[in-house]
Amino acid sequence: MNTTTREQMAYIAGQAADARLNVELETEGMTLNIGPQHPATHGTLRIVARLDGEQVIEAEPIMGYMHRGYEKLTEVRTYPQVTTLINRIDWLGSFANEVPFILAAEQLMEIEAPPRAQWIRTILFELSRIANISLFLGDMGVQLGALTPVFYAFRDREFVLNQIEAVTGGRFHPNFDRIGGLKDDLPAGWIEETREVLGKMRTFCDELEDLLMGNEIFEVRTRGIGIIPADVGLSYGLSGANIRASGVDWDIRRDNPCGLVYDELDWQVWTHPDGDSFARYWVRLQEVREATKMIEQLFDGLPSGPIMAKVPRIIKVPAGEAYVETENPLGAMGYYIVSQGELVPFRVKIRSASFNNLSIAPWLLKGVYVPDIITILASLYFILGDIDR
Amino acid sequence: MIAVLSSAPSAVGVLADLSYWQQTVIKAGVVAVVIPTAALILGYVFLLKMMSFVQSRLGPMEAGPHGTLQLLADGLKFLQKEDIFPEKSDRFVFAAAPVMVLVSTFLLYVALPVGPDAVVSDLDAGVFYVLAVSSLSVVGILMAGWASANKYALIGGLRAAGQLIAYELPLVLAVVGVIIQAGTLNLQGIVLAQANGEIFGWGAIGFPYIFTQFAGFLIFLIAIQAELTQPPFDMPVAESEIVGGYQVEYTGFRFLFFFMGEFGTAFVFAGIASVLFLGGWYVPGFDVDSNWLNLLGPIVMLVKIMAVSFLVFWFRFTYPRFREDQLQKLAWKVLIPVALANIVITGILKVAV
Repeated sequence: MNTTTREQMAYIAGQAADARLNVELETEGMTLNIGPQHPATHGTLRIVARLDGEQVIEAEPIMGYMHRGYEKLTEVRTYPQVTTLINRIDWLGSFANEVPFILAAEQLMEIEAPPRAQWIRTILFELSRIANISLFLGDMGVQLGALTPVFYAFRDREFVLNQIEAVTGGRFHPNFDRIGGLKDDLPAGWIEETREVLGKMRTFCDELEDLLMGNEIFEVRTRGIGIIPADVGLSYGLSGANIRASGVDWDIRRDNPCGLVYDELDWQVWTHPDGDSFARYWVRLQEVREATKMIEQLFDGLPSGPIMAKVPRIIKVPAGEAYVETENPLGAMGYYIVSQGELVPFRVKIRSASFNNLSIAPWLLKGVYVPDIITILASLYFILGDIDR
Repeated sequence: MIAVLSSAPSAVGVLADLSYWQQTVIKAGVVAVVIPTAALILGYVFLLKMMSFVQSRLGPMEAGPHGTLQLLADGLKFLQKEDIFPEKSDRFVFAAAPVMVLVSTFLLYVALPVGPDAVVSDLDAGVFYVLAVSSLSVVGILMAGWASANKYALIGGLRAAGQLIAYELPLVLAVVGVIIQAGTLNLQGIVLAQANGEIFGWGAIGFPYIFTQFAGFLIFLIAIQAELTQPPFDMPVAESEIVGGYQVEYTGFRFLFFFMGEFGTAFVFAGIASVLFLGGWYVPGFDVDSNWLNLLGPIVMLVKIMAVSFLVFWFRFTYPRFREDQLQKLAWKVLIPVALANIVITGILKVAV
């Protein structure tokens, strides 16, 4: 289905709704409020949908119910304190939130973390990607009515969270990244344990491929549903797996790894030509597999040495501006920091992936059926904390 | 024991001495006990335990040994809840809807035979009665959806109506093959026909119709899945889309009625499937009039019901949900043509052989 037919469908549905008002059988459209409290929105997102029967004429997402003012709050926190806050943006892959902020601050201070710290950062970055996306892989099943996969996802994600906790001390909010390096080194025996966990995660991917992705009903519910053409996706600022599922070969990890060691690994960027909900699921599944391979390579090549560069005790970031973007689990995430040489940032702008990924929803939801609203939103995969910040 | 059984008058004999109202009270009492028990058994074995094991967790473990009393505790909790009516609801219809659904379940049990004499009412048009009464629950669901004065409930109710009407047809057509083969509409007659049949001249296990009516059995299973609004056909309740559909405004014992109706109907439909396709209460090796079968029949039926329910709930726990239009497509474009073809083939063979 291309752009014109989608718009035509919405137009025809609207015309039909209006035309029926004028004939003897009187019907009226219905406005359905989905949310802010609704099981399919993983939080407090509200979607106002105007329906004709079960068909959506237009749908508008309303966000901001969970706005916590992080961009403003960073202005009264010192740089090391900010990581505590920004952990809570994408709460499923927390460590990944810290990295771009720290990298931007390091860029301003013109220091570089030692190689070992960079490698461990990359390891934890990919682990949080697995923790985040593996939950999506199960959650998509719940949104489609299959109850079982999400329990597998919660079970196996726990292994990854345990490993993150073993290093950082926090399952969800590690607060582990420091300007100039990391808080601690890896604990003894951690690498062997994590290798086992990675094996389990690969089994998990195989299981879900069998249980959910190979299911005929899953295919008819996702194939051809919510197609995003590459040009439309790019114009809405989509990033991450959502745009790669539309066939755009764009991955910040490969194109601009700045500060992380992706260019020393042998890995592949997965894309899918279809751009529908199935493609988005498929790409994410492959990314989890790819991440497990990347971490094994990182273990093999892990250099020795210090994990902290020489950094002043009281961190004052020199005046200037920096923007660093990384490929987070949900898509491109960047921090634009303006510093005036003080203890606290002067201004921080957070570019979070989910906000842009959701912005395509009104375009995408035109003319679909009510159950497909849920499928499409689930496959776009946003986290409310990442939208509202 | 054997001497007592063989010398004592049969259960029917005892009942026949009582007056009509006494018989009716006893029968109603039996059915009224059986429905909650059936809902409890299915709810515990499948909804709580099997689902937990499928999902790699333990399920309830605290209330009673291995959580056996969990559903009783849940039931008590439901009874304590405040009885809420939505402000703009149609109070009478809102209150009557769950009763309507439960009545439909109640009436289904009346015709289910579990032994040569162990049946509440041996109707001549038993199959017809069962299929007709089972669709009464649609009325209750529509009432619930409309009277709740809630958009989600309305969508759920209308989806349920569309779905149940679409699946009534394959359900009936799947059974027609059995009726042609047995030559009777009486459920007891169908059991006897299977008990007296022979497979290629070998009559040791009778002749369960699943061997000849396998397509019919599959269609029947799919149709009862849709009739029970269970995944993959649970769009009327669809928690992730319309947050429970027609049940969304119900709390307390009214919700409990829906719950009991759903599981009670699952139990009785599994029973009807085992009567129609799996040979019913008959145990190979016994004389069909033997009084022993009144004793063994319920046990055999329970085993068969659990086997069929296992299939039904297996689909429920592993499959995603269809979309409403895809469900209609499946019903009208796949199930009904296959069922019709099945009828034609059965008819031709019946006449030819």
